[in-house]
Parts: sequence; C-alpha cells; structure tokens
Amino acid sequence: MDFELPEDVKALQATIRDFCERRVKDKAREWDAAEKFPLEIVRELGQLGAMGIRIDESFGGAGMGSLAVAVAVEEVARYDGSLALTVASHNGLGTSHIRVFGNDAQKRRYLPKLATAESLGAWGLTEPGSGSDAAGMKTTAVRRGDTWVLNGAKMFITQGTVGDVFVVLAVTSPEKKQKGITAFILEKGYRGFSQRSIHGKLGMRSSDTAELILENVEVPDSQRLGEIDHGFIDTMKILDGGRITIGALSVGLGAAAVRESIRYARDRSAFGQPIGDFQAIRWMLADMQTETDAARMLVYRSAALADAGRPYTREASIAKLFASEAATRACNKAVQIHGGYGYTREFPVERYLRDAKLCEIGEGTSEIQRSIIARELLKG
Amino acid sequence: MPIKILVTAKRVEDYESKIKVNAQGNGIVLEGLKYKINPFDEIGVEEALRLVAKHGGGEVVVASVGTKDVHEQLRHALAMGATRAIWVNHAGPLDQMTVAGCLQKLIEKEKPDLAILGKQAIDDDQNQVGQYLAEWLGWSQATFASKEESLESEAEKSKTPALQLSADAKTLTVIREVDGGLETLECSMPCVVTTDLRLNQPRYASLPGIMKAKSKPIEEHTPATLGVDATPKITVTKMEHPPARKAGIKVPDVATLMDKLKNEAKVI
Repeated sequence: MDFELPEDVKALQATIRDFCERRVKDKAREWDAAEKFPLEIVRELGQLGAMGIRIDESFGGAGMGSLAVAVAVEEVARYDGSLALTVASHNGLGTSHIRVFGNDAQKRRYLPKLATAESLGAWGLTEPGSGSDAAGMKTTAVRRGDTWVLNGAKMFITQGTVGDVFVVLAVTSPEKKQKGITAFILEKGYRGFSQRSIHGKLGMRSSDTAELILENVEVPDSQRLGEIDHGFIDTMKILDGGRITIGALSVGLGAAAVRESIRYARDRSAFGQPIGDFQAIRWMLADMQTETDAARMLVYRSAALADAGRPYTREASIAKLFASEAATRACNKAVQIHGGYGYTREFPVERYLRDAKLCEIGEGTSEIQRSIIARELLKG
Repeated sequence: MPIKILVTAKRVEDYESKIKVNAQGNGIVLEGLKYKINPFDEIGVEEALRLVAKHGGGEVVVASVGTKDVHEQLRHALAMGATRAIWVNHAGPLDQMTVAGCLQKLIEKEKPDLAILGKQAIDDDQNQVGQYLAEWLGWSQATFASKEESLESEAEKSKTPALQLSADAKTLTVIREVDGGLETLECSMPCVVTTDLRLNQPRYASLPGIMKAKSKPIEEHTPATLGVDATPKITVTKMEHPPARKAGIKVPDVATLMDKLKNEAKVI
C-alpha cells in the first residue's frame, strides 16, 4: 500500500500552497472580519484551474479526480476556511451537477466559464423549512408547455449572491415525494429570481451565503437538468462527492490549528519554560495531530474509492463525520493552548474554530451522516 | 521569428525546510526535506516563456542533472509551459564543472538561440555554472539579469519579457544588477543569461498545465553518453552550523550603554 500522493496531485498541492502563501495568508483575517467575498482571488484561482478541477479538459478544466479536489480544498483551508468552502462548493455542487448530469448543450454553455471561475456556480437544495429532508421541499415547478414555472425559496445557498449559474431543485410530482423532484439550471437575472444576502454567520464569514427567492420564474425546458423527477436521486450522487470535500476542508482547518499551536507552544513561556514543555499542552498537540492524520486518511480513502469508480457513500459519510468533528476538537484545543490570546482576533485559531463548526452542519449534519452510515451498515 | 531557449531546473531544498548538518559533518541531513525548483531557475523558465510568447512561438527546453527525483522539477517547468525536457541521469556528487559540461554538450546538440540559467542555486550558492558555460561555449554572457520596472508594474502584469531581442535577432539587451544600480548590456547572440531575483515573478503551474505536462516528453542522457567526465573536481570536506548567537545583555541606563559602545564594542 502506497501512501504517497500521485505526482500530478502533489504538483497541484504545491501550486495551491504557493498561491495561498502569496495571495491568501495575510488577507484571510481581514476578509473574515469584513465578511468580504474575495472575488478577485477566486477568479485568480479560476485562472490556475482550481475552480474546474474535475471538469474535462475539452471544456477547459483540469480533468483531475476527486482526490485532487480533496487535496486542493485541504490546502486552501490551511489558510482560509471560507475560501476553501467557496472552492469546495463551486467544484463540488453546482458545477458537478452540470458536469455529471447535464446534456451536451448545457455542458458547452456552462462548463467552460465555470472551469475558469469566470462565472460562479451555486446549488440550491436546502429551504427555509427543509434540508436533508427532501420530502419536505416546498419549491415547486409546474410545467406549461415548453416552460416550467418555479415558485418557492432556497436557504443558506453558498455563492447565492455572487453566483451566476444556479442549479435549483424543485418539486415536479408532489405525490412521488423525493422521487418527484427535478433539477433546473437558472441564471442570475431571470425574471422573478432574486437573492438576499445572509450576514452575521458565526464562521465562514467571507464565503457568500444567500437566500434565493423564486416568484413565478419561467424556465425553459432546455434548462431542465437531467430527467424529470430524477433530480433528488442525482443529487444524492453529487452530495456524496461534496461530503469528501467538506471532510477535506475539515482536515485543512485541523492542520492549521496544529501548525499555529506548535508555533505558539514553542514561543510562549509560562513558569519559566515554553508551554510546549508542559505535558498538558503536549498531549493536546499529540491528540490534534493524531486525529487530523486519521481524518486525512479517511478522506483520501473515500476519494480514492470515488476515483476508482467504486461505491463510496458510506466512506464519504464516515470521512465527513469524523473529519469535521475532529477539526472542531482540534480548533477548540488550539484556542485553549493559546489561552486568552486564542480568544481574540489577534490570532487565527478562533476563526478556525468558528469555521470548523460549519463542517459539522453543512452538506448534512453529523446526525445525518450517522444515519447514513448506520443505514449503509444495516441494509440487506 | 520563432526562438529556441534552453533553461534549467535544479532540484534544491525548499528554503522553508530546516537544514541540519549531518553527523559526519560533510553534508546535510536529507530525511524529511522538501524540494523545489531552484527559484532563480524558475525565473529563467518564466523569462523564456515570455520571450517565446512575444516572438511568435518557438521552443523552451528545460534541462536538469540528477537522479530520477529531478523529474519533479522538470515536470514543474513543463507544467509552467516549457515544451520538452532533458534529464541527465546522474547519482552522486556534482560540481559546477560537471553541470556546465553537461549543459555545454546539450547546447551543442540542441543549438538553442539562448540559454537562461538561474544566477545561482539556493542550496550551495556557487554562482558559477552560467559563467563556465558561456566560457566553454564561447558565447557572450550577461549575469544577474534584472529590469527597471518593479514587480508591481504594468509590464510585469502583462508578462512582458525584460530581455530585449533585436529585430534581426542578432543581439540581446540585458539589464543587470550591479552594486548600487543597474547596467545595460548588449550581447551578441547566441548568449548565456543568468537571472536575478527581480527579473520577473514566475507564473504558477496551473492545474491544466500540470495535466498537460504529464504527456510532454523527457529525454534521458547521462554524463557518459554526453561525453562528460562526472568525477567531481571539488569535494565538500567540512560543513558546520554558524555559531549560535550569544544572548544580549541589559544595561541599567543610557550612560552605561554609551560607555559600553565606546569602550567595549568600540563602535562609536
């Protein structure tokens, strides 16, 4: 068994690290404080190919796999969790839904611009009153000839206001519950389609989040993505991949917490010695590193399964569950190691902790992950 | 008119790695080190790519000497956009004469218009290969190539090459860093240029670039097949850490400070 990353993924990792060292490292704190979405940086990442990692080369993407996305997202998260969420959601959700289930015309129309982040992708499943519980979805799409009329609202949509291309799920056959949901591609500017920016998040503050409002939005049938009533079934496949990237994001935050804590434990003295000499601090560091390593292995395993074309639903949920909870624990310990300074914005660890918490919630809460894992274990 | 440029990609320790002298005191501990392309070589690759883009195409050939590990650095240059790579397969110690000798033979085979090398490698900081190479080839040379514009200038943003090739491609104008200023040289072509830090800001290896690099060819040679004697003429016999800085002292008042500066340190 080989634990080395493939050469091209290592090269990608080096590129992203160089970029973040130069362009992200010194800015992340400021973006977080100001809730500023760093559009220019996102476009630069697009120029690097980091926003179209899985998009085929024929559409201007890098044509790499799931492992490449995981490594890229982890690397960005070591510097900025919010930016990593932007990279994860753009590569993972909206773009992937079009990439995997779009027809040729839709792929040609949308993928080249998504690949370079000239346009940004968003993906709308969650609603004010429903998330993973798709049967509770209220947004509807009613067919009138060649047009669908969409009504409803979507909640907590990443890239909701900065996005240009939106994949939105709506109920088309209410009696069929989750088997009666269809996906549509909407563009910003469609009549009746508006966005309301959401501010005041605990963490991931420089990632863009919005509510989408759909009032009699007319969408031509050519914008329907995938088969009628097949939207939620397709979605499950997209979400499995998304979970790997949220796991990867968590690993990056955990690794950042370890890095900052080592630095602080060396520099800070108490009672005449560096605090890194105290067993209490050393044990925390050891636990943080152990859990981050374990999380990374779980993320890599699920990504490797996905890239090999094998089932990975259970493994993706395991990776996401463990990595996100381990990241929160690691970041919490990092704040503890930093003491009073850790509680201030002068040091980045409080931001890591706020960002990590999202990973236990987004793309299916820890509770949903446990349900999926148990369901997979118990199914005949 | 198309232009052909040979560039280099030495594998060096990442400057962020912690370097420790080994137990024998004749080299460094290699375990746990990370490696990169020599930053000055990377600047050379960037300049070559800009020149080729400006002059309507051509070829950037990247060369490196070492074990198969140097493929990582060659692939990096290929991912930045170099056309193809040449690997001189050699294990064991290398000195500047062997490297310059290998490059000389490659250049005699490849016949590029121009060779752009880093002014030195950040591992042993020798700053000799470019000069040896120009001497042995009988080519003109310009070391420490730089430019007037800053790295934040518009010229830099638009990736304009700093090296200026004349319309008839017979001369190359190079601005070089000298003590306290810049000097402009006009070199007859072909020519060897070595890069300084402020020549340009190298591009990143983009992800599509990384994928394309996988299928670009790497041609293999050895010093023997090139007819170069790789026996080192120089051996490193001893290496040691610089002495640790002694702790400073606190003085009670300005008068004592002045006294110590005057009578102990004798600096004022």
